[in-house]
Amino acid sequence: MTIPMPGAIDCDIHPALPDTRTLMPYLDDYWRAHFQMRGLDRDNYDAAAFPANAPINARPDWKPAKGKAGADFQMLKTQALDGFGLKYAICNVLHGAQAIFSEDLSAAFCRAINDWVAKEWLDRDPRLRASIVVPMHSPELAAREIERCAVDARFVQVLVWEMQEIPLGRRQHWPIYRVAEQLDLPIGIHAGSSYRHPPTNLGWPSYYLEDYASWSTGFAGVLNSLISEGVFVEFPRLKVVLMESGVTWLPAWMWRANKTWRGVRAEVPWLEKSPADYAREHVRLTAQPFDSPPNAAMTRKIVEQIDCEDMLLFSTDYPHWHYDGGDALPDGLPDHLIQKILVDNAMKTYPRLKDRA
Amino acid sequence: MARHVVATAGEIPVGGKKVVNPAGREICVFNVNGEHYALINRCPHEGAALSYGPVVGCFESKRPGEYALTRHGEMLRCPWHGWEFDIKTGQSWCHPESVKARTYKVEVVAGSHLAKGPFVAETVQVTVDGEYIVVEV
Repeated sequence: MTIPMPGAIDCDIHPALPDTRTLMPYLDDYWRAHFQMRGLDRDNYDAAAFPANAPINARPDWKPAKGKAGADFQMLKTQALDGFGLKYAICNVLHGAQAIFSEDLSAAFCRAINDWVAKEWLDRDPRLRASIVVPMHSPELAAREIERCAVDARFVQVLVWEMQEIPLGRRQHWPIYRVAEQLDLPIGIHAGSSYRHPPTNLGWPSYYLEDYASWSTGFAGVLNSLISEGVFVEFPRLKVVLMESGVTWLPAWMWRANKTWRGVRAEVPWLEKSPADYAREHVRLTAQPFDSPPNAAMTRKIVEQIDCEDMLLFSTDYPHWHYDGGDALPDGLPDHLIQKILVDNAMKTYPRLKDRA
Repeated sequence: MARHVVATAGEIPVGGKKVVNPAGREICVFNVNGEHYALINRCPHEGAALSYGPVVGCFESKRPGEYALTRHGEMLRCPWHGWEFDIKTGQSWCHPESVKARTYKVEVVAGSHLAKGPFVAETVQVTVDGEYIVVEV
């Protein structure tokens, strides 16, 4: 269905970096020379998880005649900000910078992208907000980058890939969660992988279909890791937002995780409540793609099974292709939930949206 | 309600348990550090005989990475699905409000007192100078 009112908060849009050369003015002298010396500016480091020619990554009517979908500010403004009547939209730049092996190069790249987003996007429209891209495999540098960017209240979240070198709950990531919690920044965990490991539990897939469709199991693994390792016990104010995760797998995960926890909870004695209850308190999901069942009645049933009205956040996932026209909401959502999904849940999840509201 | 003599005092060692059948009801009597408690011998989850489960302590933690074993011998882990129950209250660890094993009142009573009745002693020979475990069913 289309959104019934203006003023929605879009928690997942994707401005695209046109090419690495665009970043050159945003690198310091050393790294600019380093990029030129190694010819890094001649490669684009697009995220392998989002191949530009995969149909899902660029809706035909949202694709410019030339260049990458999402790279044109005017198109994004007209089609997403104005087209959906958005109050805010959170920019998530999906880029290979976060997967580069060298911690220092990755950090330099991320710094440049964050400064580019602030200058080329946030400065151009007061409705735009952004996530901070970080070198997740270098917690110290990532925490430093979060602190640097957080001075600007328009950065409202930290962006990381779903599938990393190690599971996201592990303690070596905790310096990032500590600073994020202190600065009221949720951890936005976006679909995709840095491909340090196969993106399926079985090994390397042959086809994009296998790769993309398997990512929802990666998200289940993310929740298992974050909850079991006790991230939400250690950081009781921390929120995580699963982006482009799909939604309808969630109830089955809740039942399975809860059932297993009841039998083996003694190995993770810091957990004081069930995995599903930790998820309901700390985990949010953007609603595109929803992975809708065949009819509205089934969608309504799944929403009941999730049994929490705070978890879903509106997203267009612009310019990715999950729906046509303006039908950014799945059919079958109860009326009273729609306002929460469009506005209220995001305002509660992102405290920094209030700073300028 | 009737009081049933189900064992002699000292018959169940500390940390031990005995399955008894007063009034046709299967009950497991535990000796927790010298105090006796009784639970229905049927897990409220799927019906396993709780008597086959290990008696354990409580695994607790204030924060990730900190571990404490407390309440030694006060918890029972169901043999089928590992749910933990507080032997003293029958409460399950995971759902203390809603999932509970039925408890029964247990006392150690002197034989001289039991002789005054009323009580039921189907299998235990009672003498006035002995002490006995009595379950109320």
